[in-house]
Parts: sequence; C-alpha cells; structure tokens
Amino acid sequence: MSINRRQFLRRAGMITALGLGSSFIISGFRKKEVAEAAGFAKAPKDLPAKRWAMVVDMSKFKTDADINGVIEACHKLHNVPKFPNTKDEIKWIWKDDYHHTFAGGHNEYLDDHVLHSPFMVLCNHCENPPCVKACPTQATFQRPDGIVAMDFHRCIGCRFCMGACPFGARSFNFRDPRPFIEGEISPDYPTRTPGVVEKCNFCYERLADGLMPACVEKSNGGLIFGDLDDPNSEVRKIVSTKFTIRRKPELGTQPSVYYLVGGGEDA
Amino acid sequence: MYKGGKIFASLIIFAALFTIPFFYNMGKVNAGPDVALNTAAIQQLPASEQQCVESPEFMRANHMQLLNQWREEAVRNGQTVYVNSQGKEFEISLQDTCLKCHATESASKPAVLNNPVSTTAGVSNPALNESPEFCASCHDYSAVKPLCWSCHFEPKEATK
Repeated sequence: MSINRRQFLRRAGMITALGLGSSFIISGFRKKEVAEAAGFAKAPKDLPAKRWAMVVDMSKFKTDADINGVIEACHKLHNVPKFPNTKDEIKWIWKDDYHHTFAGGHNEYLDDHVLHSPFMVLCNHCENPPCVKACPTQATFQRPDGIVAMDFHRCIGCRFCMGACPFGARSFNFRDPRPFIEGEISPDYPTRTPGVVEKCNFCYERLADGLMPACVEKSNGGLIFGDLDDPNSEVRKIVSTKFTIRRKPELGTQPSVYYLVGGGEDA
Repeated sequence: MYKGGKIFASLIIFAALFTIPFFYNMGKVNAGPDVALNTAAIQQLPASEQQCVESPEFMRANHMQLLNQWREEAVRNGQTVYVNSQGKEFEISLQDTCLKCHATESASKPAVLNNPVSTTAGVSNPALNESPEFCASCHDYSAVKPLCWSCHFEPKEATK
C-alpha cells in the first residue's frame, strides 16, 4: 500500500493535469455564442441627448395642489406604493419647504413667496453622482445621456446609495410594495420587490418612446425638460439667461434639476 | 485494517440509504412537459409572426441567456430593439413581446398582483399557470423558479 515521495508527486501531477484538462474541455463546450449573429439597436423614436436636465418654474407651483397632481402622475405610472407608515415611505417626487430644500442658503429677508412655497423635489440626476460611486454592484449607473438610472435586477439592497445621496432621493422597499399600490396597476412599468432601492429615473422608458417624462407632461409648463448640452434647448436658454438655483451646489455633484425662483418676467 | 468489517458494513449501509431515491424511482417514467407550440394565441397571428425571436431549438437551449442579454442591453445600454439572426427587429419587452404569444389561457382574467405566488384565484401569471404554453410547464418539471414575475407582469390586455 505504501508509496514513496516520487510516486506520490507523479500521481498528484497526473491527477491535476487530468482535472484541469477536463474542466477546460467542459467549459470549452459550454462557451457557445448566445445570440446567433444578433444585434441591438435604439428604439426608432428614442430621444437623443447628451445631458437631460429639468427646470422647475416655481411661478407655476404656488400651492400643494399644483405639485400633488404631478406627484400622482409619476407615482401612478411607476407603481410607487403608498405605505401607511412614513418610515416605509417610497418617493420618486415629493415636496419640501424652502429650508430643507435649500439648506444652508437661508436668507431671512427672502421674498415670502419663495420662503413659504412648497418645493417639488426629485432625484437631481447629478453629473457627479455619489450614489453611483457608492453602489457595489453597479446597479445604479449613469447613462450616456446623463440620467442616473437603476438596474433593479442588480440591486442587492445594501443601501449605500441612500447614505451617499445628499438629497434623500432614494427609498428602500422594506416591505412588499405590491399590496400597497393604490388604484389601478400601471402595466407600463414593473413593480419592485422587497429589498430593492428605487428613485426617479427621468422616465427613460418614456424617452425611448419619444415622450416627455410623465411629470413634465402633467405640469402645464411648470417643468421644462430638455438637453442641457444643446444650446438651442429651452432648458439651456433658461439656465443661461435667468437666475436659477440648485440644491446643495457646494457639494460639487452638479445637479441637473434647476429651480427658477424669480419666475416669469422679473427674473 | 483496524475495525475494517465495521467500517465496510457502515459504508454499505450508508450507500444503500443514500441511493434509496434512485432505486425507488428506477423504472418509473416521469413524463416530461408537453410544450405546445401551436396554441390558439399563436395560431391567430399572421404566418410571418408565428416564428419566435429565434428558432425554437435555440430558444429552448438559450432563452435564459437571451433574456439576460436583453435585460443588459435594454436597461443598461438603452438598446430597446433586438435584431435577430434573420435581421428581423423586435421590441425588447418581456410584457409586450414575449407574452404577446406566450400568454396563458387565463390571461384574459384580471391580474392579481398582491402576492402572485400564493394567490390562486384569477392568477394569470405565466410562471405559475399550469397550461402547457409557457414557463411553468417546463420550470416546474425542472424545479427552476423564475423570478421575473415578482416585478414584471402580464400583457397589457390582461390588466385592463
């Protein structure tokens, strides 16, 4: 039964070679090209852009009701659930007061209209998104058109992105959202599962169909959406000629959502 | 060998216990799923659209890789059109493209979304429905549970 060192080493070497060789053969067989000469293309109606951006014209959002309609349009389309407990809250668009929206820039003699207006807030789709850097699975990523998008399939629910986002734009599904979707379910967008983070996606699924985001459509001109990179776009003209503010610009994330506070003619 | 008899006896008993399921089921035929490719929903389509995005053989072997590829391209690269090996174009959509043909008999019933895994009445979930057309027939047989339907749902007609 006993073998000497030389025999042992020889046999071990042979078995190793056999194992490596057969694993190569098996993986060689398995590695088939999946799609047969297939390709992918953009949708024919897809709206091209270099950097999508939004301007919130505060002169059009004076009361809560103005914002609520917009929130509802978004949340209905994307099957955003409404949980009774605010700790479980999921929000894509929501409203906040001036102090919270523009923390740090407080001027107590500011126009009353600005100080007391409800501000519509959503994901800022930053140019330097901290959430993307924080995500360990690249479930959150930046598209070439500037949209900070989420691949729910890849999200592992670690919530690093929620800690990284300075705007609180991300919500976590602590519970199964399906029973809490109010009213009719929208067949145009999937629901989420527990353990997944979600946020506004600038309606990229609508942009692919050549449509403007749902909130923009519903806002009666209060939200202006377009390509900031295009010098002739409406958003670019507003941002370059009128006085707009952004949330926490000092952090250097370069938000793509601009607030036109002067509004209308007196800007 | 020290206590060789006992060791070998126990090994034999262990091997016998371990292989009971194999011997128990030996000779019994477990019929595989009978997947119908010629369903009413497919027959209603014009002849040019009766072919799936790729050949049946390819889909049978590779549909999971294809779905993964579709997902990557549509979600991450914004490429929402698939050009198949014959050059024909398809919209990348589980709900609008796949389920257009592969919907189940009960697809006309309203979708029950609350907890599709546990509800039974009115469920038109193709992953769970036992009609021979779609996911469940093969997936139950091979005990592979697709997770698609925990987020995605039925064709548009079904939810209206």
